Amino acid sequence: MLDDTDRRLLRHLQADPSLTVPELADRCDLTPGKAGRRIDRLREAGVIRGTQAVINWQALGFAVAVSLRITLDKTAPRAFDDFLDAARKVPEVIEIQTFLGRVDVRLHIVARDLAHWQQVYRAQVLTLPHIADIEALMTVATLKSDEALPL
Amino acid sequence: MTEIDDIDRALLRALSLDAGQSASQLGRKLDLSQPATWRRVRRLEEAGVIAGRRLVLDATALGFGVTVFLGIKLATKGRVSLEDFERAVTAIREVQTVEHVLGLYDYRLRVVARDLADFERVLRRRIMTLPGVGNVEANVLLSEERRPGPL
Repeated sequence: MLDDTDRRLLRHLQADPSLTVPELADRCDLTPGKAGRRIDRLREAGVIRGTQAVINWQALGFAVAVSLRITLDKTAPRAFDDFLDAARKVPEVIEIQTFLGRVDVRLHIVARDLAHWQQVYRAQVLTLPHIADIEALMTVATLKSDEALPL
Repeated sequence: MTEIDDIDRALLRALSLDAGQSASQLGRKLDLSQPATWRRVRRLEEAGVIAGRRLVLDATALGFGVTVFLGIKLATKGRVSLEDFERAVTAIREVQTVEHVLGLYDYRLRVVARDLADFERVLRRRIMTLPGVGNVEANVLLSEERRPGPL
């Protein structure tokens, strides 16, 4: 079970994953040995799964980001599996989520510009299987994206 | 825009899966020396292509069992200040992502909660009380995967 000290460690590490164990220990009023053992334990238990680099697609020339909200034709028995298998093959898709609600699947897609978007949309998205309806939300600005948990 | 080559692309792909690898580990995989790997990673960071690093936690193990994506339409456009709405919504701890979007909704939010009852509390007390908030659509996240993207 996690205690308040574990949560404090995770809160600091979440705010700055580049912190070293001694720095982390210092912020949490622990000895480096104790902090290190707790972090190791949290990793072994799978609470900390790792760290991932966040890629800034705009810096790579992908100026357009679109969130596609897709409703599938659920009368087809393999609608979800077929759709997801095909969506994974589209290189411009960077996130795939499935939902309980009015929307079945969301695809987050990046493109170099509107002409490229048009090309990806027509050639690779509209040809995905079992689509009943699509709505597009185009990103104007990302105001928060840390995905931190409120620990 | 930053020009990158195939080795940079392979580095980005590897780091977006696991940013905890050392330069020598990464170098071995890509047949690069440790200093050459380090210089490339450094250049990608300085160019802003690597926007940062994210700690990946097991949300369920930490007691956050529910993630909901919200679409929000502002009720009184022109009369409420977008700045007021944005300042208030980004300050909510349970709100992990805020995007200003163009389309059916004005904002796209990712919200994390302990369970559905906790989500209802966040929705009623925090989201529905935001200045200018109008129509809200909620979809409960069932599964999620991140793709390497066009690298």
